Amino acid sequence: MNGQATPGTAAGNGTALEVRDLSVELSTPQGPVRVVRDVGFEVRSGQTLALLGESGCGKSMTAQAVAGLLDPVAEVTDGQVRLQGRDILRLRRSDRRSLAGPELAMVFQDALTALNPVYTVGSQLAEPFRIHERASRRAAKEKAVELMERVGIPEPRLRAKAFPHQFSGGMRQRLLIAMAVALRPSVLLADEPTTALDVTVQAQIMELLAELRRETRMALVLITHDLAVVAEQADQVAVMYSGTIVESGPVAEVFAAPRHPYTRGLLDSVPAGHPRGSVLPSIQGSPPRPAAVPAGCAFRARCPLARDRCATDEPPLTDTGPGRASACHYWKELADA
Amino acid sequence: MPDTADTAGTAQTAGTADTVGTADRAGTATGGPLLQARGLTKTFRVPRSASGSTRLHALDGVDLTVRRGETLGLVGESGCGKSTLARVLLMLERPDAGTLRYDGVDPFALRGRSLLAWRRRVQMVFQDPFASLNPRMSAGELIAEPWRSHPDLVPRAERERRVHELLEKVGLRAADARRHPQEFSGGQRQRIGIARALALDPEVIVCDEPVSALDLSVQAQVLNVLTELQAELGVAYVFISHDLPVVRHMADRVAVMYLGRVVESGPAEEVFTAPRHPYTASLLSAAPRPPTAQDDGPSRRIVLFGEVPSPTDPPSGCRFRTRCWKAEQVCATAVPADEPAPDGPQHLAACHLPIQPSDRGGSRAAAHE
Repeated sequence: MNGQATPGTAAGNGTALEVRDLSVELSTPQGPVRVVRDVGFEVRSGQTLALLGESGCGKSMTAQAVAGLLDPVAEVTDGQVRLQGRDILRLRRSDRRSLAGPELAMVFQDALTALNPVYTVGSQLAEPFRIHERASRRAAKEKAVELMERVGIPEPRLRAKAFPHQFSGGMRQRLLIAMAVALRPSVLLADEPTTALDVTVQAQIMELLAELRRETRMALVLITHDLAVVAEQADQVAVMYSGTIVESGPVAEVFAAPRHPYTRGLLDSVPAGHPRGSVLPSIQGSPPRPAAVPAGCAFRARCPLARDRCATDEPPLTDTGPGRASACHYWKELADA
Repeated sequence: MPDTADTAGTAQTAGTADTVGTADRAGTATGGPLLQARGLTKTFRVPRSASGSTRLHALDGVDLTVRRGETLGLVGESGCGKSTLARVLLMLERPDAGTLRYDGVDPFALRGRSLLAWRRRVQMVFQDPFASLNPRMSAGELIAEPWRSHPDLVPRAERERRVHELLEKVGLRAADARRHPQEFSGGQRQRIGIARALALDPEVIVCDEPVSALDLSVQAQVLNVLTELQAELGVAYVFISHDLPVVRHMADRVAVMYLGRVVESGPAEEVFTAPRHPYTASLLSAAPRPPTAQDDGPSRRIVLFGEVPSPTDPPSGCRFRTRCWKAEQVCATAVPADEPAPDGPQHLAACHLPIQPSDRGGSRAAAHE
């Protein structure tokens, strides 16, 4: 695709993860449905990229495709996922598995279902060391306890013998993060890591993630629907709508002056910043179902800028300035406004 | 109880009483207290082990007032008792102690027709629009269903027209009456839930996290519907949410709950801009700041130690003291009483060491890292 832009900073030194033209298809009884369409982004070591989008936009599917954890009904049909320069989608299954942990790790939203209920957390946390570092049982246990201490679990030696259900939601999320960062991965994918948690606990978890990122210089891909979390935590943002990235760039710039009407609409619908009780600007309608994405621009039915061209030409993600890109034919009108 | 007979009378002439009620409400937009709770206490028995059970203190002496036509925001983290409080306000749960007065009447003393009439006046909008609507009923049937319990409210011949009217009120089309819940998006379903609550022409609607299951772009639409309906009908909302910017946008007054107690309450702007209870301050500072937020929030982030203690074994004295950076000896021994702010008699905080205006300068509250 001509002029195809890649979110993130310029390629070259320190690019930990690079995704190009990633497409994912879901097989359904009605035939294949493309749920991720030509998604591309880059994250540098020590940086945070937020994949921002509403439910059903394909952000979690993108993360699962990158991590190689797609459900069997979904399949990567096209694209590359480059980890430290190597396309991991072309690797053999066993080679790819060996990267899970030391190179690429994932934190899931629902910590209770992500932990195994029948093993103690200590033995689950020891597992990465046993498998990847072939550590002895005793040494691995010791490392697990250290890890629990690092992520702020009180009395780690005692708690290592407990089972997941004996921990609170926030503590479980800490355990999951501990497990993900155990082998100091170069890239961590975090899928809505704090959505299920209360705000005071959410703040603790985000702080822990930021600390670990600084300590280990890992690249963090934060998948979220929360604009405020993005504003506070991320360096770069890629806004997804209907399976594809519609805008990307440095967070502060994108939020200060969005160049896609969807991003503009999202920012406007945040209640903060509007007088109390006033009518909030909202985006009319709702996103198209993935099976029925219209031709042309997927956002056009809800877009205040839409005109005839949007019904026929799908706007590609195009560079709009240093480090910034938008998939709108009329982004200049937003930039000038 | 004489009041009871009075309410029963209203029920029998529901049709006419309603029009009068509506006019009355429109006149007193932010009128006197409609719903008053004093010292509500509710405990549940939970099995702990094979040998016995333990008591979970869901509510512990909660005072709350809802005025006509206003929005009361109810804020707190999971397990703080806000949903139990909502259930008591709806009379789905009987409190162990304390009193509830609705227009001066104790709804728990009502029976028969007068109870039915009372139930009509307090309705609810649920959190999950995917679980709260029967998939086998059409939108029209769902909205008309409450009239099965209150057959006198809308004459049979009027019902179809009234359903269409309600659909249009919440921003749907009359033709949508024939469609089923699964044909609607989350935001549209929540509108059906609101229309269903409105069908009985209530005076109070308890909204339990009404937009937290919705995407941001749709959330704004539903909030707008609620705001417009209040302006038009003068209905009061008890708006329960963990999303502080949303509450700040909607609420006239706000009550902050922690472990079964209201720790701070008052006019929303005062509570949000000048919190007095350390818990409120930490809650406000912990919430990530939306990119569009005005710069009047806490300047430093307060990250609390630990998590909310179990409601089966709450701390003595002030329940927040185990996580509070200001806690002293007195906090462990004495339960703090509600004290009004020096400059705001309506702004109450239950804290021995409330945050003073002078603390709020550059470094609000000594945050611990």
